[in-house]
Amino acid sequence: MDAVARPPLSRWTVPMPPAGWAALGAFLAGALLLVPALHLLTPAGSALHVSDYAVTLGGKVMCYAIVAVALDLVWGYGGILSLGHGLFFALGGYGFGMYLMRAIGREGVYQSDLPDFMVFLDWKALPWYWRGTEHAAWALALAVLVPGLVALVFGFFAFRSRIKGVYFSIITQALTLAAMLLFFRNETGFGGNNGFTDFKRVLGHPIAAPATRVALFMLTAAALAGTLLLCRWLVASRYGRVLTAIRDGESRARFLGYQPHHYKLFAWTLSAVLCGVAGALYVPQVGIINPSEMSPANSIEIAIWVAVGGRGTLVGAVVGAALVNLAKSWFTVAFPEFWNVFLGLLFIGVTLFLPDGLVGLFRRLAARKARA
Amino acid sequence: MRPLTAALFLLLLAPAAARAALDPQAVAKLGAEDSEEKLAGVDELARSADPAAARVLQALAEDNLQVANGRVLLLDGERTLDATTLAEVDPAPEGAEPITINNRIRRHVGTALAALRLSDPDRRARLAAAQELADGASLELAPALKAALDREQDREVKPLLALAYAQATLQSPEPAARLSAVKALRDSGNPRVERLLGGLLADGAETDPDVRREALASLEAVRHRLAMGELVGRVFSGLSLGSILLLAALGLAITYGLMGVINMAHGELLMIGAYATYAMQGVFARHFPRHHDWYVVAAVPVAFLAAGLVGAVLERTVIRFLYGRPLETLLATWGASLVLSQAARSTFGAQNVSVANPSWMSGGVPLVANAVLPWNRIVIVAFSLAVLGLVWLAMNRTRFGLFLRAVTQNRAMAGCVGVPTGRLDTLAFAAGAGIAGLGGVALSQIANVGPDMGQAYIVDSFMVVVLGGVGQLAGAVWAALGLGVLSKFLEGWSGAVIAKIAVLAFIIVFIQKRPQGLFALKGRFAED
Repeated sequence: MDAVARPPLSRWTVPMPPAGWAALGAFLAGALLLVPALHLLTPAGSALHVSDYAVTLGGKVMCYAIVAVALDLVWGYGGILSLGHGLFFALGGYGFGMYLMRAIGREGVYQSDLPDFMVFLDWKALPWYWRGTEHAAWALALAVLVPGLVALVFGFFAFRSRIKGVYFSIITQALTLAAMLLFFRNETGFGGNNGFTDFKRVLGHPIAAPATRVALFMLTAAALAGTLLLCRWLVASRYGRVLTAIRDGESRARFLGYQPHHYKLFAWTLSAVLCGVAGALYVPQVGIINPSEMSPANSIEIAIWVAVGGRGTLVGAVVGAALVNLAKSWFTVAFPEFWNVFLGLLFIGVTLFLPDGLVGLFRRLAARKARA
Repeated sequence: MRPLTAALFLLLLAPAAARAALDPQAVAKLGAEDSEEKLAGVDELARSADPAAARVLQALAEDNLQVANGRVLLLDGERTLDATTLAEVDPAPEGAEPITINNRIRRHVGTALAALRLSDPDRRARLAAAQELADGASLELAPALKAALDREQDREVKPLLALAYAQATLQSPEPAARLSAVKALRDSGNPRVERLLGGLLADGAETDPDVRREALASLEAVRHRLAMGELVGRVFSGLSLGSILLLAALGLAITYGLMGVINMAHGELLMIGAYATYAMQGVFARHFPRHHDWYVVAAVPVAFLAAGLVGAVLERTVIRFLYGRPLETLLATWGASLVLSQAARSTFGAQNVSVANPSWMSGGVPLVANAVLPWNRIVIVAFSLAVLGLVWLAMNRTRFGLFLRAVTQNRAMAGCVGVPTGRLDTLAFAAGAGIAGLGGVALSQIANVGPDMGQAYIVDSFMVVVLGGVGQLAGAVWAALGLGVLSKFLEGWSGAVIAKIAVLAFIIVFIQKRPQGLFALKGRFAED
């Protein structure tokens, strides 16, 4: 493992410094007060107006940031590189998407009680696993429980068999690929390759209304802040220290009497649950979920967000997810053909020159300044 | 033969045919009021094996026959011919009535024409006619079929004729004739025979107990042969899929197994090999059109060198700095794969390009009626075995292989005794990449060549390496062939997508039981 090569960044996993609290406060103030005010209260032409597009993009990026923090928890602190986190994200999205599909009611193309794609397939009744999804609370529970359960079962067997490192990464990739193929099938009952879309309302509110959009945005911001605080607290706790110890020397930790697979399994399952939450928040804002979210490429991209920001720093994951995704939305408009090249060079450049990501670079520079 | 080409062919024959004369009575029957009479006329003409008869029947099928006072006339564009002699009748007689035929006669005319075409000197025409007749020949054609069967030499036409003949004689009222037909069908391996015999055994179709017993025995023989054919076909397509996986995985077995580098750009190296084949195809088309069939052979070294060169550059610029950090090589090489596939997209376009099989690789070896081993897949299996042999030789019988194994076992010690470890890493990585390029050549012959093709194989080839066990060539071989055959068998009963899911699930479960793969290195060692 690479930990031999350089001291782990988690030396900084002390209680959050005042600057951290200040940054978190500023973020929450901006997301919960400033953006809603500028979006709802200013006229559309004004220079201060935050457009629909910007709010949706911001909400989307924050969902990605939650996923990135969740991956950082298992990769940065547990040393487990998952190439299948897109699966948990998509499962969360499908879970809540089931409620959104049911909430369309009879306003679909076929004006049936069943979702359009089921009418199209000539199904007469909802499959059993759709039961109860007309209640948002149950759908939300599914969005969290299903990824958690998948991760729990998968992780239980994988960690018990002491699968680690590259092997683990590759079988998580196999897992998400298999799930993607399964969800592409119409018979699976999740809309085949079109997935879920054309949502009309959420909890009784029209889904495209500015107020709904802002409410979802604020909810996502709160979820991101909560995720950060939770993970921060975890990694600074005794549990987090053992997890980090396992990352750096699993056999030694085992010989000292710890059960590495319990520690890993907890972090792994929690990480999947957080991804499910992010997926559930993502679907109503973006308005679509389909199996391509589970493609192996998407999951690897999550890893690069974390790597760009800096592994084992949590805040780095947020920075990386934000920067890469903002760059992506700019690139895919300005130079669509160069996005892949840029992303590829970013992968190479970051692993070669910025092993600790942007946060690591910043900290090195700050340390040098302090010495001088 | 399609009706239009048949008509053209018959027009060419027309001058010769004009001299021959058909049986006047048979022709006259075509003009009769009664359908049975017409049918008899058609059958008599069909038995004559005369090209002129074909012309008359063709005209009947196209509603170009007329009857005037019992004389049958053939309309040929502006002209009117006498149907018996095919001599022109000028002026055309008054009061000619067109001969109308019902669908039953029309079907009959169709088979009769096919029977006539069985004496065609062109093999393809006979094959087409035999195929048409194998779908259903009437009893009246049995003598014509028997004659054609005795004359026929072609290996592909003959079994079809035998089938058609048996089918025709099955309609005979004589149980003895039916019995011999059923017995003759026993040696067939044609899926149609299975349907035919099945229909015969249906309730009330065949009453004679002897024929029924023989039919049952024949049906079992045919079913057995068909099942064998299907089995052979499936094993073979599994083997050829496995040998593609093997070529992809051999490269990985070197780069990942021996050097510990997770090369996610491996699929793109495969793609480079495939595009090199495409480029060679273009070069040969332009400069050596007469030797075009050999472009694949020329593509082998070109693909090896092209992919090997890219591999060497990749190792020198990126991977060199990441040894011992497998998870980071994974990310960096994923980045490289994005750049490479975009480069291919910019150079060759986003669409798939077409790579044609050379003529010596098209076609196949018919094993039984329902299993044909395609030549391109046979060549690929042989090619991958050859590459496997060369890799084994290189690893075990050359200085390079010795050094490589030494570095794998103990890098520091190998360096101390003078092995140039740095240069060796580059060479080994280039060799692994070159083998992937060879895989690309093979792949280009059976699959689409496009900028995204690499992604489709990378997960599969990693599965092979993981399943086989790291650092083990033998493991890679067994895992590749096993995965190939397993997925083809699963595809047989559950469809491609479910088969793929099942294979992935199988691997996930398998790794739980044998985390070190099929062929784990034995010995005492502890990680960390």
